[in-house]
Amino acid sequence: MSFIIRRLAFYLVAAWVAITLNFFIPRAMPGNPVESVIAKYPNLTPSAEKALALMLGGGLAQGSLWHQYVTYLGHVFTFNFGADIAQFPTPVTTMIAQALPWTLVLVGVATIISFLLGTSLGILAGWRHGGWLDRSLPALMFLQAVPYFFLALVLVDVIGIELHWLPTGQGYDGANTQPGWTLTFIGSAVQHAILPALTIVLTSIAGWMLQMRNVMITTIGEDYVVAAQAKGLSSRRVIYTYAARNALLPQLQAFGLALGFVVSGALVMEIVFAYPGIGLLLLNAVSSDDFPLMQAIFLVITFAILIANLIIDFVIVFFDPRVRAREGAR
Amino acid sequence: MSAVANVWRNLPLKAKVGVVLFGVFILAAIIGPEVTPYDPSYANPDPSLLMAHPSAQHLLGTTQTGQDVLSQLLVGVRLTIELALLVGVIAGILSVTVGVTSAFLGGVWDEFLSLVSNVFLVIPALPLLILLLGYLSGKGQLPTIIVLSILGWPWGARVIRAQTLTIRNRDFIAAARESGEKSWRIIAFDIIPNEISLIAANFVNTVLYAIGASVALAFVGLTDLNSWSLGTILYWAESQQALSLGAWWWFVPPGLAVALIGTSLVLLNTGIDELGSPRLRATRGAAKIAGRRIWPTDPTPVLAQLTVSRSRVGTFVHSFSRESLLDETPAGGELR
Amino acid sequence: MSPILDISDLSVVYRTPGGDVRAVERVNLTLSPGEVVGLCGESGSGKSTLAYGATRLLRPPALVTSGSVRYSGRRITSGGHPVDLLAMSHKELHEMRWREIAIVFQSAMNALNPVLRVQDQLLDAIKANLRLPRGEARDKAASLLDLVGIPRNRLRSYPHELSGGMRQRVMIAMALAADPEVVIMDEPTTALDVVVQRDILAQIVELKERLDFAILFITHDLSLLLELADRIAVMYAGRLLETGSAQAIMREPAHPYTRGLLNSFPSLRGSRRELAGIPGSPPDLRDPLPGCPFIPRCTHAIPVCSNVDMSLALVAGPQAGPPPGLLNGVSHLTACPIVTPEVSQEGVLS
Repeated sequence: MSFIIRRLAFYLVAAWVAITLNFFIPRAMPGNPVESVIAKYPNLTPSAEKALALMLGGGLAQGSLWHQYVTYLGHVFTFNFGADIAQFPTPVTTMIAQALPWTLVLVGVATIISFLLGTSLGILAGWRHGGWLDRSLPALMFLQAVPYFFLALVLVDVIGIELHWLPTGQGYDGANTQPGWTLTFIGSAVQHAILPALTIVLTSIAGWMLQMRNVMITTIGEDYVVAAQAKGLSSRRVIYTYAARNALLPQLQAFGLALGFVVSGALVMEIVFAYPGIGLLLLNAVSSDDFPLMQAIFLVITFAILIANLIIDFVIVFFDPRVRAREGAR
Repeated sequence: MSAVANVWRNLPLKAKVGVVLFGVFILAAIIGPEVTPYDPSYANPDPSLLMAHPSAQHLLGTTQTGQDVLSQLLVGVRLTIELALLVGVIAGILSVTVGVTSAFLGGVWDEFLSLVSNVFLVIPALPLLILLLGYLSGKGQLPTIIVLSILGWPWGARVIRAQTLTIRNRDFIAAARESGEKSWRIIAFDIIPNEISLIAANFVNTVLYAIGASVALAFVGLTDLNSWSLGTILYWAESQQALSLGAWWWFVPPGLAVALIGTSLVLLNTGIDELGSPRLRATRGAAKIAGRRIWPTDPTPVLAQLTVSRSRVGTFVHSFSRESLLDETPAGGELR
Repeated sequence: MSPILDISDLSVVYRTPGGDVRAVERVNLTLSPGEVVGLCGESGSGKSTLAYGATRLLRPPALVTSGSVRYSGRRITSGGHPVDLLAMSHKELHEMRWREIAIVFQSAMNALNPVLRVQDQLLDAIKANLRLPRGEARDKAASLLDLVGIPRNRLRSYPHELSGGMRQRVMIAMALAADPEVVIMDEPTTALDVVVQRDILAQIVELKERLDFAILFITHDLSLLLELADRIAVMYAGRLLETGSAQAIMREPAHPYTRGLLNSFPSLRGSRRELAGIPGSPPDLRDPLPGCPFIPRCTHAIPVCSNVDMSLALVAGPQAGPPPGLLNGVSHLTACPIVTPEVSQEGVLS
């Protein structure tokens, strides 16, 4: 238990760093972001301008730096991200709440599928080191070096445009259905999610497979695997319970570390597919200088990754008795 | 020179391919922009040359505005590689410094630096970059380099710190300390030389990451749109609907270039791995002994069994080969 | 009594890109039912390779290049003929593992699966080799722990929660799960402190008396073997240099290497004397020199040592009474030509 508590404390520190970065970055930028926003969007109310100044700093901000900081922290904890600029006066939280589920479902499901599939293949590749599965790795490595969005472009071109098998963009068929828990909507959403999900899986699977294969090869060399064979255990038992079970732990840790990269890539990919998720929202915000939205999205993404890491820590504790003991003994 | 030749011979095929491939791109980066057939920004107004298919005049076709894709590609390779190498060097220096120092000093410094590394590892890099560049719109190259370096060192620092800790506990370091050698000398002459392959592998990884991140950023239009990096080419291709207009020659070459550079780096890394831990080579799990593949879970092969199980036809055919000489000698005799 | 394990002319190499490493070279060793044979040698002498090679547990690039390993256990042999482990298929070997020949590995911390409880690992060994219903299997696991003197509540523990001595006992208990005829013990006490070592050894002796199995005890510590073993075999650079009863080896070590080993550790009793080691280091096994591998470090080497073919011969000694070289019915053999000039050599007459 104390392990989890320590990790939680660590994530809180990381979250605090992210929030503080968010606070200081606009203040460190050359020029005055607040004024440029006001110039671009003349129809903001004075209270909105004040809120903006609080968030971004600059001449219009009231109170000392410390006071602004504390107020900002308070706002973050109450999820008060203010009103959006480009779509004034829609609150930022509303816009995020609309887009977040799309990204969560797509990226979440695709990443988990990719991890499970890649890890399973990696187990086989490691066990049959030198076999055909192993030798296909360089080809998969090439696939992984391809930028997410480029593969997306190619897939859209081939499957969407040339072959007309799947839709080429959007989250659902806007002309025929409305968002809601209807079968047509869900069916349409799934159909639109296939290509993006496929892109994510194809570009990340090689990484998981390679990682797991390497760990498996090391683990198979351990004494307890030889001992298991000497005991006359079946190959299946040796592979899964003795080798893979132990190899899974470094693999899970790697998964946690790589989450940031996976999410980042998926964000960019949303542009290609015009997928109505957080990535598209962020990039649109950037192109329209919508600073409040930008900052809020950065925080949301960061928090989501931290939470995901915490979940992975739980899983690791579940699988590794030594971690439980090590922390308990301190 | 023969030392280099020796190293080359011992590399696995994968790594050799990687070295050659990367070499090609380095060459392209160096001489490419000097030999471009056209100025990449020159927009040829001739209507027949807009979005034109590859032809003798334009080997990779033209863009929507009549610019030559090949020229853009050549310039793009240099820009992208330049940026990535720069980031690799800066971040590399940072990670080695932090990693070795924190492992060497230990104690509170170590804890603190590790905390900092871990925090920056877990905060997602690309969204942070997007945020930053959102405020700095269009001023691309330099901030990108700086930020990528700042966000790129933690990974390497962790790995190097782990390795330094292992080395630090070895006897010869203790001996050096006992004999009163100054710390910085120990670091420079004893520790770092033992980590060269790790540092090299780390450098390659950082370059890989920098390429991916900078191309992604350019693709969404956050970096300098006036310079022709590979990502920028893709940005223009995407925004001009090259995709739906079927102009594959516009977006495939730059993407392919990125993929190939990335692959060559990964393959290069496997070579560095092999060089750094030669014992890995000898103990690779599966092996071919007497021509048969042996899995790690097979019982130890017995020579007599391996050579005996050939069919009669096989034996007959086999007797014509040079290896059949081995069969005449008793097991345990000459093994080659 | 015919041997239960008869290793004959066994050679094992490691096929590396840099050349073949001759880890074991034409070794002959027998193990009789209920006997304790100690296999002694320094690191890299090939003693572990010998044991694992004989049971075919070595991983690539290991290759067995000559010899036979005949096993005559009561359960397996049909018609009373011994079976050759080296000629068996994967499936046949699988039947044999653990039921006939079990192994206690060197470092219990490394040989136990870190993520499984003790009970599960014991059950694995039981279920793979005995056909027992679940309840009986669990009882068997518990009784195995009783056998080695570990409290039953430890069944639910993980390996890292046990002390070094306890882990080693678990390994021993696991080895005895299927009631084997032969137990190979690979340096079971090396990683333990002396007091625990004593306890474990006593336990092993007691178990052997009770359950009646033969032991091949591998160690670098000759002093251990002098008390524990019936017979001792001394190995160096992949070859057997000397075999004999423990008493014969202790009282009249024949080979200079054995004598060097005996002089390398102090005795609790007797007068103080200067400790001598054996200067030098073991040879590179890729390019073995002809003749005795100990020549570079031997203070008694004579020219004929380079020509000896390393087969063991009876020790000749000026003894009255029982025929020379035979003590308690066990032959004392060595390959050293100085001690045994009757060894067939090129150019030297017997």
